[in-house]
Amino acid sequence: MSTYPLLSLAIWIPIFAGLVVLSIGSDRNAPLARMLSLVGAVAAFLITIPLWTGFDVANGGMQFVELGSWIPRFNINYHLGVDGISMLFVVLNAFVTIIVVAAGWEVIQTKVAQYNAAFLIMSGLMNGIFTSLDGVLFYVFFEASLIPMYLIIGVWGGPNRVYAAFKFFLYTLFGSLLFLIALMYLFIQSGGSFSILEWHKLPIGLGAQVWLFLAFLVAFAVKVPMWPVHTWLPDAHVEAPTGGSIVLAAIALKLGAYGFLRFSLPILPDASHELSGLVVALSLIAVVYIGFVALVQEDMKKLVAYSSIAHMGFVTLGFFMFSPMGIEGALVQMVSHGFVSGAMFFCIGVMYDRVHSRQIADYGGVVNKMPKFAALFMLFTMANAGLPATSGFVGEFMVILGAVKFNFWVAFAAASSMVIGAAYSLWMYKRVIFGDVANHHVEELSDINMREFAILGTLAIATLWMGLYPQPFTEVMHASVNDLLRHVAISKIQ
Amino acid sequence: MEMQKLYLLVPMAPLLGAMIAGLFCRVIPRWVAHTATIAGVAIAFIASIIIFKDVLAGNTYNGTVYTWLTSGDYRFEVGFLIDTLTTTMMLVVTFVSLMVHIYTIGYMQEDPGYNRFFSYISLFTFSMLMLVMSNNFMQLFFGWEAVGLVSYLLIGFWYTRPTAIFANMKAFLVNRVGDFGFILGIGLVLAYTGSLDYATVFEKAPGLADTTINLFAGREWATVSLMTATCICLFIGAMGKSAQVPLHVWLPDSMEGPTPISALIHAATMVTAGIFMVARMSPLFELSTTALSFVIVIGAITALFMGFLGIIQNDIKRVVAYSTLSQLGYMTVALGASAYSVAIFHLMTHAFFKALLFLGAGSVIIGMHHDQDIRNMGGLRKYMPITWITSLIGSLALIGTPFMSGFYSKDSIIEAVALSHIPGAGFAYFAVLAGVFVTAFYSFRMYFLVFHGEERFGKADDAHHHEHHGDHDDEESSHDHHHGLAPGQKPHETPWVVTLPLVLLAIPSVVIGFVGIGPMVFGDYFKGVIFIDHHAHPAMEHLSEHFHGAVAMGVHSLTSLPFILALSGVVVSWFFYMKRPDIPAAIQRRFSAVHALLENKYYFDKFNEVVFAGGARLLGKVLWRGGDVAIIDGLIVNGSAKLVGWIASVTRLFQTGYVYHYAFTMIIGVFVLMTLWINRA
Repeated sequence: MSTYPLLSLAIWIPIFAGLVVLSIGSDRNAPLARMLSLVGAVAAFLITIPLWTGFDVANGGMQFVELGSWIPRFNINYHLGVDGISMLFVVLNAFVTIIVVAAGWEVIQTKVAQYNAAFLIMSGLMNGIFTSLDGVLFYVFFEASLIPMYLIIGVWGGPNRVYAAFKFFLYTLFGSLLFLIALMYLFIQSGGSFSILEWHKLPIGLGAQVWLFLAFLVAFAVKVPMWPVHTWLPDAHVEAPTGGSIVLAAIALKLGAYGFLRFSLPILPDASHELSGLVVALSLIAVVYIGFVALVQEDMKKLVAYSSIAHMGFVTLGFFMFSPMGIEGALVQMVSHGFVSGAMFFCIGVMYDRVHSRQIADYGGVVNKMPKFAALFMLFTMANAGLPATSGFVGEFMVILGAVKFNFWVAFAAASSMVIGAAYSLWMYKRVIFGDVANHHVEELSDINMREFAILGTLAIATLWMGLYPQPFTEVMHASVNDLLRHVAISKIQ
Repeated sequence: MEMQKLYLLVPMAPLLGAMIAGLFCRVIPRWVAHTATIAGVAIAFIASIIIFKDVLAGNTYNGTVYTWLTSGDYRFEVGFLIDTLTTTMMLVVTFVSLMVHIYTIGYMQEDPGYNRFFSYISLFTFSMLMLVMSNNFMQLFFGWEAVGLVSYLLIGFWYTRPTAIFANMKAFLVNRVGDFGFILGIGLVLAYTGSLDYATVFEKAPGLADTTINLFAGREWATVSLMTATCICLFIGAMGKSAQVPLHVWLPDSMEGPTPISALIHAATMVTAGIFMVARMSPLFELSTTALSFVIVIGAITALFMGFLGIIQNDIKRVVAYSTLSQLGYMTVALGASAYSVAIFHLMTHAFFKALLFLGAGSVIIGMHHDQDIRNMGGLRKYMPITWITSLIGSLALIGTPFMSGFYSKDSIIEAVALSHIPGAGFAYFAVLAGVFVTAFYSFRMYFLVFHGEERFGKADDAHHHEHHGDHDDEESSHDHHHGLAPGQKPHETPWVVTLPLVLLAIPSVVIGFVGIGPMVFGDYFKGVIFIDHHAHPAMEHLSEHFHGAVAMGVHSLTSLPFILALSGVVVSWFFYMKRPDIPAAIQRRFSAVHALLENKYYFDKFNEVVFAGGARLLGKVLWRGGDVAIIDGLIVNGSAKLVGWIASVTRLFQTGYVYHYAFTMIIGVFVLMTLWINRA
């Protein structure tokens, strides 16, 4: 175990780098701002590598723990730690931050320093969410992370950005208020502790558990997002700049799902079992209903946004089957979705930068002008459709197989995504990429440059690696997931 | 140890070739691409021969290459199972692939996507080999979907053609419908045996023979046998990949791809993956007679009704495509009759003669300058002698001429079905018998129209303007590839890279049946690999009692019903298309309703387009516009925003700004509070 406070560094290095970049300010120093951001993002990523390499796979508890007093009067602590459930997300988050900084390199020309700073700070705050073991600390990071995203959409977004930013902010704020109330209740019940790990052991009656579960459900369901509180996501994606969409899809959506595993399941095991039917039903609606909605989208970003919701349906479904295959499959799906949806949004950004349209109807025959791009986009489209040997397959495969044991018809509904997911992904690909050159905008397209190729190539390697050899990803999860399941199996009602 | 490296070499050599040709397709010259990929496949072929000999010497293998994933108590591994079934498939795949690779040098000569094409077909070979060499369901599914991907890429190889990019998406989606069943079947296997490893599953399966599952909790009628449910789910996967009715619709459209892949993927190898899979799963299918009945009925429908469609096709490739569908039906019927070894035997003979027929058709297409309409051909035997002879051999093998390869495999299927007693076998027997006549008829209709009779090419009124539009799709698709011969121009024989594979495929098309029938179908070749419950399904046992060697079987057949049917099919087609061409036209007029039914392929495509594709889009629109936009956003989200606005506008009325309003309110408030306080006391 390392003696360095790695988790603190993972949180504060990007935030510090963000503040430094912010201090550069003016666009006259834009190249410097970009360079510094990249250095900061890479440094933050390198810091997270030892978390994975030094991770003890046999230990299901918290590792790299840091504990210090923050507000002693209310027993609030600066308490950090990662287990097999959260560790990969810290690494993924730091990885995606590099991608995002690189993705905005030539594209963002106004308020460059502020743009990059927002992403760096956001990255640090989200690491804070994944590592907090104190309820208040978690809540502070959880809320604070809304602000940079709100600004990213509101400042660098599309024409309808204000509506989208407000919708995003209010939706999530509504959820988090209920979350705060739940935290207060737990604080009082536990006799004055904000320690999440203490709460895991706290006995709570079924009635209270159900109410707390619903409060958590609303808070996390908005973030995931689950049907029917999902409509902010397509709007937010459409208006967000490419980088914003990447972070939103790759990391921000994972926060809600992570909340289920850190709060709902272990703190409220009885209510989780009691209400699992509800969550499973909502998840299946997300998979099937949203799949059909994605099919008829005319805007590429909306299509991928809806497909994200459908993919996140697999995540919540996997959690509430209470089996190792289900939870690990869901976690794999979360990581994979980080790569694949990030890449999908980047691909759309590549086309948008050139044609300034996201409408499917404005494209056709792109492959004639951008063969390299078309090949990489094909890979990610197939990954989005869950093709074996890509990461997109692994999680879906595990969740579907786990679901057969849970309930055949649940598996049946989930497996329908094999067809629906392929239909919306490939139909979009066909209309955009294949065919004759559709118009003079497509005629003038130039293939991806080195920077774009490097970004997509990196994501492609990650996608294939995880598809061909997912074992390194899942072996870190085993101990923690088994601990969690053992814990969830024990009733808290006394 | 030595052998294990060789096993690994078999799939890896084509993969390496594919990577060289694919990743550097824009920088390397053409000869590098085809040399690298042909070398890769040739290495795989030679290694397969060595492994085959080793397996014949009794050295089978079942082992893990690496652990893909562990979760809970489950392990998923990538590994190889090397036995006679695997090596048979390996030989077929690598040999046909090698022939197709060589052929492609000639066929794709002028295509700008030359390197890309070689990369794809080598990638296909890798995927197919991983599929057949797998020792577990997970890797099987990997290969299964990977061959689907390459098929998708190759059908849409000419990506600017609207019909090609429609056909490839259709192929992928229809296959996904099959895979949907397949993955549920795999899920059932995992849920009840706790493993996806073939050996473990097959060992545990007999113990689960009496297990039932309840599809609706507590309902008596919804209780089904676990093995029946599992096998039918798995077979749905096979129906997609092996194009069985009603999931057959993608295969005729797949002819949009270049001809070499029609031979390799859509005739010889990929479409037989479903047959291979069911044969591999024989220990499971034997436990459910219900599932076998389902299999035999589906196969029989495909065998007969797809054959009918072959009669009216005018595109040379589509005739062969429908013939493939029909033959896949034969193999499926054999599976249903528990004659797994016969199915695999027919798979093998079919791979050779059908690849030959497709490559022969491709050769004709080259000779005709990319005109595919058989009504514009005729008399080609003079101009393309090698193509003519080899195609004749292929056709004779296909219709089951005694002593040729197709005869031994097809006759065995018919006999096995005749001896089978499972429900549906009676219908299947009728279908496969009638199919013999139909096969002979459409095969020789095409043969006569292409190679004999009047020379109809090079007329002023040529390929671009037929009066009669056989298939609307054809006309569109061929728009930029139908050049046809100019007036006065003659067809020509194709270069040696094209004719050599034809000759090399013609040889096994003739002899492989004679050589193989004894050991493969009736010998111990598949002992320990294919499992048959002889008590429940005794057809194969009875069949072997009747077998007295390949020669006797051939001689005996000369007086049998299938031979008479095949012969009369040939004679009738000769009479119709050589002697009295007015008869088919008259029949077509007389039975226009039947003709319309066949012309529209029993309306499967129209039905799917309207009900499934249209229905899905409509449902999507309703859920989106109605659910998301109107109800959730319109009513709830923006509605609550409006509600807040409305409450604000009402409460604003209280904030009038007049001091006396506030003062009055305060006085009332104080009064109310005091009243409450006093009453409490």
